[in-house]
Amino acid sequence: MEVLHNSMYYVGAAALILIGLYVILVKRNLIKVIIGIHLLDTGVNVLLISVGYIKGGKAPIFTGTSLGPAQFVDPIPQALVLTAIVIGVGVLALALSITVKVYQHHGTLDLRKIKGLKW
Amino acid sequence: MRKWISAILLGFVAAGFFIVLSDIPFGDNRMDVAKHYIENGITETGAVNIVTAVVVNYRALDTLGEVTVLFVASLGLGALLYAGKGSSGNKQRASLVVRTGSRILFPLILLFGAYIFVHGHLTPGGGFQGGAVIASAFLLQYLAYRHYSIDRLQFSMVESISGSAFVVVGLLGLAMGGYFLSNFLDKGVPYSLFSAGVIPVLYVAIGLKVGAELAGIVAGLMESGRG
Repeated sequence: MEVLHNSMYYVGAAALILIGLYVILVKRNLIKVIIGIHLLDTGVNVLLISVGYIKGGKAPIFTGTSLGPAQFVDPIPQALVLTAIVIGVGVLALALSITVKVYQHHGTLDLRKIKGLKW
Repeated sequence: MRKWISAILLGFVAAGFFIVLSDIPFGDNRMDVAKHYIENGITETGAVNIVTAVVVNYRALDTLGEVTVLFVASLGLGALLYAGKGSSGNKQRASLVVRTGSRILFPLILLFGAYIFVHGHLTPGGGFQGGAVIASAFLLQYLAYRHYSIDRLQFSMVESISGSAFVVVGLLGLAMGGYFLSNFLDKGVPYSLFSAGVIPVLYVAIGLKVGAELAGIVAGLMESGRG
C-alpha cells in the first residue's frame, strides 16, 4: 500500500498506456483504435511529467514572491510534453482524416470487413 | 482468443514498466542541465516562465521542428480531405442557446487566446495553448451555424506569414547574435510584458500559426461531412 501511495502517478500513467495498448490490439472499430492511440499518447505524457516531479515542487514559473529556484520541478519534461501534446494533436487529426477517407471508400469502419487489413 | 493473447502481451509490458520504474523513485530530484536553466534562466533569457525559456529560447530549434510537424499534419489533412465531399452533414439546426452564446463568446475566446500567447513568458501558457484556444472559437462557430465556413486562403496566408516570421527572427538572430534563433533583442525588466527579447515575438508568431493551422484542421474535418 505504501508503494502504491508513493508511486500513484506511475501507476496511473502505466494504466493509461496499458489500456490504450489493449484498445489498439483488441478493438475492431477504427474510431476506437484512434481513441486507444490517444489514450496511449496521454499515458506517455503523464509518465514523462511524473518522472520530472520533485517532492514538494511547484511549477517552474517565477512569480516575484518567495518561490525560489530550489522549490521548482524539472522544467525540461514539461517543455518536451508541450511538444508531444501538439504532435499528438497532429497525429490525431491526420488519423481521423484518413478514417473519413476509409469510410467513404469502404462504407464501414470495421477492420474485419475492410479488405486487405485482416490478421 | 485474441483478447487473451493481448492480455498476456500486456502483462509482459506491465512487468517491463514495473522493473524499469522501480529504479526511478517518484519525487526525487534528478535535475542536471535543468538546474542551469532554473538558476540562470531569468538573466539569460529574461523570461520568468522557465518552461517558456526552454521551449522558445534554449530549444527554439526543436520548436521550429515541432511547428513543422504540425504544418505537415495539417497539409496532409488538407490533401486528403480537400476533394472529399461527403453525403451526411449537420442536418439539425443548433439550438438558440448555442447560436446566441457562440455569437457572444466568439470575440471573447479570440481575446483570451491572444492574451495567453502574448503573456507566454510571464504566466502558464504560450503560443500552442493560445493557438488551440483560438481554434476552439472557430470550432464553436462551426457547431453553431450549419453553413459557416472560414476563408481558407486568408487562414493559409496568416499561417505562411507567421511561419516565415519565425524563420526570419531566427535568421536575424544568426546575423546579430552569432547563432540561429539567438535572443538578440533587449531582455528588458523581468516580470514586465515587454521583456525577454525575442520570446514574445516568437510566441505571437507561433500562436497565430497554430491557431490558423488548427482552425484549418477543424474546418477540413467539419466540412468533409457536408454535402
